[in-house]
Amino acid sequence: MDPRTRQKLDKTSELFIGDIPHVRAMNMTVEHMHADGVTMMLPYSKDLIGDPETGRLHGGAVTTLIDSVAGLAVLAAMPDPGPIATLDLRIDYLRPARPGLPLRAHANCFRLARQIAFVRASAYHDGDPDAIAAAQASFIIKGYGGGLQADGRSA
Amino acid sequence: MSLLELVDRCRRLADPQLLVTEIPYARFLGIRTSVGDGGLLTVLEFRDSNIGNPALPALHGGVVGALLETAAILELLWAHEAEVVPKIINITVDYLRPAGPRDTYAKALITKQGRRIANVSVQAWQEDASKLIATADCHFLLPGLEPG
Repeated sequence: MDPRTRQKLDKTSELFIGDIPHVRAMNMTVEHMHADGVTMMLPYSKDLIGDPETGRLHGGAVTTLIDSVAGLAVLAAMPDPGPIATLDLRIDYLRPARPGLPLRAHANCFRLARQIAFVRASAYHDGDPDAIAAAQASFIIKGYGGGLQADGRSA
Repeated sequence: MSLLELVDRCRRLADPQLLVTEIPYARFLGIRTSVGDGGLLTVLEFRDSNIGNPALPALHGGVVGALLETAAILELLWAHEAEVVPKIINITVDYLRPAGPRDTYAKALITKQGRRIANVSVQAWQEDASKLIATADCHFLLPGLEPG
């Protein structure tokens, strides 16, 4: 990968972690950032428990991790990252997350059209081939003005 | 006290809020609930830590998803004589409008409760109930009772 692309990707992930209050509040981190895939990690915390009897994470915490990593995967795939918004998100909960363990999620933007991006993501525990959740999401690429400018380039 | 015992207590006291205070993640997000003429209403209080896009500002999509899911579970626990805690199978969230820096309300509707599967749909809005910010459809598994 050329250094400029690496720099752009690193800058994007730093802003993502640093500038988004909810990402900071959940202590999520970016472990791998590449145009063809992004990995994020959510550390276990008692604040994220949904079932106090078992200590298992609330499904919403998994949703948040997946929405975040999916959005970041779109930004990683964009030549010129800009504002995006989630259009829809579907999550299949395959197994309960294990209490006490960090949860990771990997996402890949498998189709980046001019106005819409499509992402597949999965959440899992490190070293365990059995996924916790499988997801698909679509995003709107904002700021696409459409049409041509005077010099013949797209807006 | 188990979750089901808690649900029972909440129902006897007609106060679902007790349920929510027992769920750490609901406290973390600032989710509360109340019962009115229209049934159960779940509210996500605005907090800076729930922001996902500081430029707009707008709430994080995952937080909105969590609100919708929580409203669905609470509706199932509250509305029916639950003998088992429902397990979520999947959720599909549609994001309709950016959710601004204010409280968000959610109302769940049990579309169908069968013997093993419940279908729940949820709607969320902010200051105008006719301008939804998001909707969700969820499926829950109602685990079978173990043979005696």
